Amino acid sequence: MLIVKLFTIAVTLVLAAGAAHAQISDGVVKIGVLNDQSSLYADLTGQGSVVAARMAVEDYGAAAKGLKTEIIFADHQNKADIGSQVARQWYDAEKVDVIVDTPNSAVALAVNQITRDKGKAFLVSGAATSDLTGKACSPNTIHWTYDTWALANGTGNAIVKTGGDTWFFLTADYAFGHALERDTEAVVLKTGGKVVGKVRHPLNTQDFSSFLLQAQSSKAKIIGLANAGGDTTNAIKQGAEFGVVKGGQNFAGLLVFITDVHGLGLQTAQGLIFTETFYWDMNDKTRAFAKRFAERNRGIHPTMIHAGVYSAVTHYLKAVDALKSDDGTRVIAKMKEMPTDDPLFGKGTIRADGRKMHPAYLFEVKKPSESKAPWDYYKVRATIPAEQAFRPLDQGDCPLVKK
Amino acid sequence: MPTQALFGQLLIGLINGAFYAMLSLGLAVIFGLLNIINFAHGALYMTGAFVAYFLLKLAGLGYWWSLLLAPLAVGLLGIVLEKTMLKRLYHLDHLYGLLLTFGIALVIQGVFRNEFGSSGLPYGIPSQLTGGYNLGFMFLPTYRAWVVVFSLVVCLGTWFVIEQTRLGAYLRAATENPTLVRAFGINVPRMITLTYGFGVALAGLAGVLAAPIYQVNPLMGVDLIIVVFAVVVIGGMGSIMGSILTGFSLGVIEGFTKVFYPEASNTVIFVIMALVLLVRPAGLFGRTA
Amino acid sequence: MSATVKDYVVAPPASVAAAWPRHQVVAFLLMVVLLAIAPFFLYPIFLMKALCFALFACAFNLLIGYVGLLSFGHAAFLGSAGYVSAHAAKVWGLPPELAILAGTATAAGLGLVIGALAIRSRGIYFANITLAFAQMVFFFSVQVKFTGGEDGIQAVPLGRMLGVLDLHQTYTLYFVVLAIFLIGFVIVYRAIHSPFGQVLKAVRENEPRAISLGYRAEHYKLLAFVLSATLSGLAGGTKALVFQLASLTDVHWTMSGEVVLMTLLGGLGTVFGPAVGAFIMIGLEHWLAQLGAWLTIVQGAIFVVCVLTFRRGVVGELSRILRKPL
Repeated sequence: MLIVKLFTIAVTLVLAAGAAHAQISDGVVKIGVLNDQSSLYADLTGQGSVVAARMAVEDYGAAAKGLKTEIIFADHQNKADIGSQVARQWYDAEKVDVIVDTPNSAVALAVNQITRDKGKAFLVSGAATSDLTGKACSPNTIHWTYDTWALANGTGNAIVKTGGDTWFFLTADYAFGHALERDTEAVVLKTGGKVVGKVRHPLNTQDFSSFLLQAQSSKAKIIGLANAGGDTTNAIKQGAEFGVVKGGQNFAGLLVFITDVHGLGLQTAQGLIFTETFYWDMNDKTRAFAKRFAERNRGIHPTMIHAGVYSAVTHYLKAVDALKSDDGTRVIAKMKEMPTDDPLFGKGTIRADGRKMHPAYLFEVKKPSESKAPWDYYKVRATIPAEQAFRPLDQGDCPLVKK
Repeated sequence: MPTQALFGQLLIGLINGAFYAMLSLGLAVIFGLLNIINFAHGALYMTGAFVAYFLLKLAGLGYWWSLLLAPLAVGLLGIVLEKTMLKRLYHLDHLYGLLLTFGIALVIQGVFRNEFGSSGLPYGIPSQLTGGYNLGFMFLPTYRAWVVVFSLVVCLGTWFVIEQTRLGAYLRAATENPTLVRAFGINVPRMITLTYGFGVALAGLAGVLAAPIYQVNPLMGVDLIIVVFAVVVIGGMGSIMGSILTGFSLGVIEGFTKVFYPEASNTVIFVIMALVLLVRPAGLFGRTA
Repeated sequence: MSATVKDYVVAPPASVAAAWPRHQVVAFLLMVVLLAIAPFFLYPIFLMKALCFALFACAFNLLIGYVGLLSFGHAAFLGSAGYVSAHAAKVWGLPPELAILAGTATAAGLGLVIGALAIRSRGIYFANITLAFAQMVFFFSVQVKFTGGEDGIQAVPLGRMLGVLDLHQTYTLYFVVLAIFLIGFVIVYRAIHSPFGQVLKAVRENEPRAISLGYRAEHYKLLAFVLSATLSGLAGGTKALVFQLASLTDVHWTMSGEVVLMTLLGGLGTVFGPAVGAFIMIGLEHWLAQLGAWLTIVQGAIFVVCVLTFRRGVVGELSRILRKPL
């Protein structure tokens, strides 16, 4: 029973309290995958991230190197209180050493704080808020895959430069949506574009017809979707219905994943432009990974979040192995010291503010005629080098960064 | 805002109102005639959309088949629910019915979510209904026009049957005095079962109508149910015509809110509900409180 | 708690049901002892969560079990108190006891406003009005800056309770929360087993008759509503401090649904039922967290089973077996 198990763990730990420092706690590196397993983000993170973590451990050859690892997972249901509760429990009672993934910025921020308080490690792949390497930066956290700044800049910049210079924003009315809108608007204005209108819709809106009508009457060339998940796909789907693209306007998805495109179908999603940091069909290494991943994940191909989990766990294990310790603060510091290299993101670095650096890509969704197989959805429009993809180190207000 | 654009919003509001009307019609029928507060309506609406999806995916049966078969399937499910569970609660406070159907909704939604996650599943607009008309002030998709017309026909048809035909009269009499009606030789329990089935079949039908334009996903009914409830309450819980009229009107009001204060568009219906209930506790067209 | 005497035409019933029947005292002491030793066997944060919800459920039960009014909007009180307490502790720097008090007071005020408007309705209309107001509170919470929207108010500081008890120590925090729960529990108990409670019962069973006897039924119902809202606020404020977080989850309508489920499962109108129901539900959530959507299915199934065959709830059935009210 859970009660007995917890009691036993508690007693064992009390007895083992006098263990030395420079060693793996309890002899096991315990990795906790905390994400959304059952709702909005379940397909783009969910069980796929657990699979990615497991693959990372296996590919690293942890067992052969004498590193005992264990992976557990839990569903935070997109609720900050459940997420923080699980995190606390994991760190206090279940001796988890590192938490990975955690989509949903609110949950990530909460876990970020708890991880810092307890001196553990937090590798964020799923969440978007650039505050994680800004105001809320921490010596115990690394923000891996992407952030709102990268999305706003990648997509905003590239689109304005290719002629999309008048924008209308369709924004989800919550902090994440506002942030995305604000960051993208700043980029659009900076590159000489104009914002001709914006409208805020409640989160989880079913029907966008009214908002799309407003977007159409604005005659903006680009309709920026500062939202995610079901809101984005609904807007696009209904946009097709109302002839938005046929009427000469284009959608710019500010946060789109391959699973969204899969859900929409190419007929509806074609022409959509957005920024991501990984695509399974970029090169042979990513293709090989995707094949193995899909076999273990019900055929669903890896999103950039899954790839980020794989990459982060791989690098984490390297650091733990080098230090021969899983003390959170020290491992994160080591991870920042070591340059990264993995088959999915290639070579990269981690900055002092916890920002993992790698190139970003501007993708466009293929037309149905251009796609030769399921999941063959993207073509690359532009590559953004790492230094330009992410917010400059000195602009983040991160207290860890010495001015 | 230019008057032209306002017309567009008005039209869109009407279209949304059509959905509200159809869903609240089912709820009103069930409550008005059976005194059951069917919180599972949203989940059954979602089930209708999924049935349409499966009919297409597994049996290759398109939209037009689904319009017929999905409501039947959902109606059957409703009949099963009524016979096995709801029947036992008729003698109790009808708040128990609310709690039971709330539980049923959770189960149905949970099962679908388990199987299908939460990303939407694609369902295309049938080829006969694609494209649209350029009305000058807006581009009206054919499918949306179809939705309004079809819903109007269904709603008015239902109203007619219940309020103007003998069958409807039996139903209404059975709610007020089941023993007496039974004494006339009418199988009251069976009528009740079929009525529940019909009410939820309407929800399933709304689900099929929704599938091509909203994403088919397990959560599509969750926030919709409390809105539809508000519509029924505002219209007056016993009144069929009340819920039809209120459904369409609220669609329009919500549409205007989306133009002038879009962030509040989810909440305006509740504000109206609170105001209406304070002034007319039984709703606009309702019978006794 | 006695009502204003001038409202009585006839004196209140002389024999109030004996306020402390022995078996209830035994049950109460058993509960206190179990809760006192529990943190040494179970994870304290989980227990504190359960305690907050137990208080919330007890407060809710006051309204449905004893007044017969099903509110579908109680999350408004839990959540708004949570936001105010969190804000008070974090931004105004108030010590924990004042922060919680601020939250509780907010819920009381909100309860007065909503109650005054809702109390004229009954049954499903009452449920709908409370839901409508709760949705407005939700909307307000999303729009207003201080609540932090989707992020919520994070990193709420703990501080020292009454200047002495360091809440950063888990066990200290636990016993403070336990004390708060017990205070709330006793308040509910006293409210029920008092002349006031007797009138509520009369109103629930036959309102016109109660009115004809001279009781201002509306006032009693309102008072019960405000009390229920206040204690829900106490639960919400405490919860915000325990988790150091106030979020939209606590004002969402599904939270209102959860407290209904907890109370139903434990036993509507019983003394210990809501607390038992809360512990069971929180335990289930905890245990089933790994299984994702299964939790919703199980919760739904419990609802269904409870309503069909188990209407008295766990404690209610236990009472029936023991033949003593619990």
